[in-house]
Amino acid sequence: MPAVQETVAQVKKIDVDQYKYGFETDIEMVKAPKGLNEDIVRFISEKKAEPAWMLEWRLDAYRRWRAMTEPTWAKISYPKIDFEDLYYYAAPKNSEGPKSLADVDPELLKMYERLGVPLQEQEILAGVKSDKPRVAVDAVFDSVSVVTTFKDELAKAGVIFCSISEALREHGDLVRKYLGSVVPQSDNYYAALNSAVFSDGSFVYVPEGVRCPMELSTYFRINERETGQFERTLIIAEKGSYVSYLEGCTAPMRDENQLHAAVVELIALDDAEIKYSTVQNWYPGDKNGKGGIYNFVTKRGDCRGRNSKISWTQVETGSAITWKYPSCILRGDNSRGEFYSIAVSNGYQQVDSGTKMIHLGKNTSSRIISKGIAAGYSQNTYRGLVSAHRKATGARNFTACDSLLIGDKCGAHTVPYIEAKNSSAHFEHEATTSKISDDMLFYCQQRGLSEEEAVALVVNGFVRDVLQQLPMEFLAETQKLIGISLEGSVG
Amino acid sequence: MLEIKNLHVKLADEDKVILKGLTLTVPKGEVHAIMGPNGSGKSTLAYVLAGREGYEVTDGDILWNGESIIEMEPDERAAKGVFLAFQYPMEIPGVAGLTFLRTATNAVRKKRELTEMTTPEFMKFVKEKAAKLNIDFEMLKRPVNVGFSGGEKKRSEILQMAMLEPTLCVLDETDSGLDIDALKVVSDGVNALRGPDRAMLVITHYQRLLNHIVPDKVHVLADGRIQKTGGKELALELEKSGYAEFTGKAA
Repeated sequence: MPAVQETVAQVKKIDVDQYKYGFETDIEMVKAPKGLNEDIVRFISEKKAEPAWMLEWRLDAYRRWRAMTEPTWAKISYPKIDFEDLYYYAAPKNSEGPKSLADVDPELLKMYERLGVPLQEQEILAGVKSDKPRVAVDAVFDSVSVVTTFKDELAKAGVIFCSISEALREHGDLVRKYLGSVVPQSDNYYAALNSAVFSDGSFVYVPEGVRCPMELSTYFRINERETGQFERTLIIAEKGSYVSYLEGCTAPMRDENQLHAAVVELIALDDAEIKYSTVQNWYPGDKNGKGGIYNFVTKRGDCRGRNSKISWTQVETGSAITWKYPSCILRGDNSRGEFYSIAVSNGYQQVDSGTKMIHLGKNTSSRIISKGIAAGYSQNTYRGLVSAHRKATGARNFTACDSLLIGDKCGAHTVPYIEAKNSSAHFEHEATTSKISDDMLFYCQQRGLSEEEAVALVVNGFVRDVLQQLPMEFLAETQKLIGISLEGSVG
Repeated sequence: MLEIKNLHVKLADEDKVILKGLTLTVPKGEVHAIMGPNGSGKSTLAYVLAGREGYEVTDGDILWNGESIIEMEPDERAAKGVFLAFQYPMEIPGVAGLTFLRTATNAVRKKRELTEMTTPEFMKFVKEKAAKLNIDFEMLKRPVNVGFSGGEKKRSEILQMAMLEPTLCVLDETDSGLDIDALKVVSDGVNALRGPDRAMLVITHYQRLLNHIVPDKVHVLADGRIQKTGGKELALELEKSGYAEFTGKAA
């Protein structure tokens, strides 16, 4: 089978089968003891053989984090997290430097097979030469990148795509130059925590004038019991370059709530463009609201250069709690930021998500399209900030926030902030709230669709503007995923 | 054959009784018209046949091909061949007509244990049917019914009917909101679907539609019951004398 079809087929298998990922793999783990202190930070840094400056950076973050308190402004409620009762480092034992697939723990490969992550690099490379787009996957198992596919091919184009641990070893200067330059260590409580204990993540560097030849993609997975997962992603697009990155997630089913606090930093220099897409499908908890992932994520892009562009697209269907605001700092003149979001909540899920568009440069523009779908007993909040600073002459923003309610036990909320300190700023805000009507469902059912098919169809119509922003390869399964996430939401 | 036996229907949330012992038989291959004044229960009959929520059958039964359908979900009835052309078709924002038609066609085919259509098969099928109904293919790329004129909506309903190949067609006030030209196109579409295996129930207010879709029988529905049954000439009589006779009788 040609590689791309296999990839697509496997990815499909992942997303369409609802929580059948509730399995755990039996692999010996190397764990740091529970709790967090400077010794743990040192342990992590040492385990990863990091340069001295990195350890200092982590310790600095740790000390800042100690002085901070958890934010409470979001419309979410959850039992207090005991940060001393978590493990901050877990890595599969055999993975300290596999050189090729042959060195990878066969258990792990088997699990990826079940998940459908295509790691058969050799097979792909030996495959029929195809002009179809290909997908490179940097699979993250708990905290350590196991194998990075396509590395050689990307290297030919000069693109660096590797785990952040590897980047620290091989491209230390680049990491040092950019790490924390968009999300500083003390940016917020969870970003500080991440900065202190992040275990792994992806690093992408696209050199000047290069159009990255393929979609880059990462599958995250949380496996070990009570392991917080702290991913760190850093993407740098040099002048005139382009990269499209897709992050997708699944996690096994379990009872304890799991904390996830990732940080993603994007940097686009002059005329560069970064497209970052997320399909998030973590365990949302059972039907009574027990369990599920707590997802506290800081994602921010810096349009540092003139005419640069950063586009966030997110499809959020999982997690018990989502606290996430992918943002753009529009620093370069004529830069552009985009945020396209679909947030689906069902059961007892709580979503507080949105974006910040910070207009600093002249003639900067931004666009926000947010679609929230709330079903069951869930609460779904859009929270956004659009601001134009004094020198941001000619700033423009268009925002559309649409909420769709299914049933009468859920809630949709919109909290938009607008700050214009420059009189030439032009900001538009539209918002709608609607319900799926019984008449609409009856119409679809009369045409032969089951109730669930009808809901999926109507919802997919509702989110169409945003779906169109996703890379083609992931469109079909995302549509299915949305339908599946809403199963049992009516009737 | 459609057999409606002594059908009593009330609103589920209120005590209002709408159908009070309606009995009606439509054999396959025939087209029957139901005429009646406002509030006589015509649309309720259409909805109850299709299985819409909000109505409660308190007595009687509906048999389609000898099988009771009153406990079935709307989609199960659709799979059994029941199709309702709506008086007010719903808008579905963001869902292109083609997507809707394909989803519906394959959903019904699957339930009828037929193989689902591939994209090329489906495209060929829909192009043929649309051409017959004088439907501009571009219209099918627009979201279902969103911003459609009255005529476009009704033609779209008839296209859906042609695509889903039902055996029992219920047309609820299909002539409402149509000008003469649109009326002709829609009627031609309906007439093209007439056949020995299909039963049709045409619900209308006015005799006008029945000049184009000539029925085998005409029933007068008033006060929740069939008050009179006759041939196509009954429609012409009603056009002259109105429904006063029946509403008077009911009162």
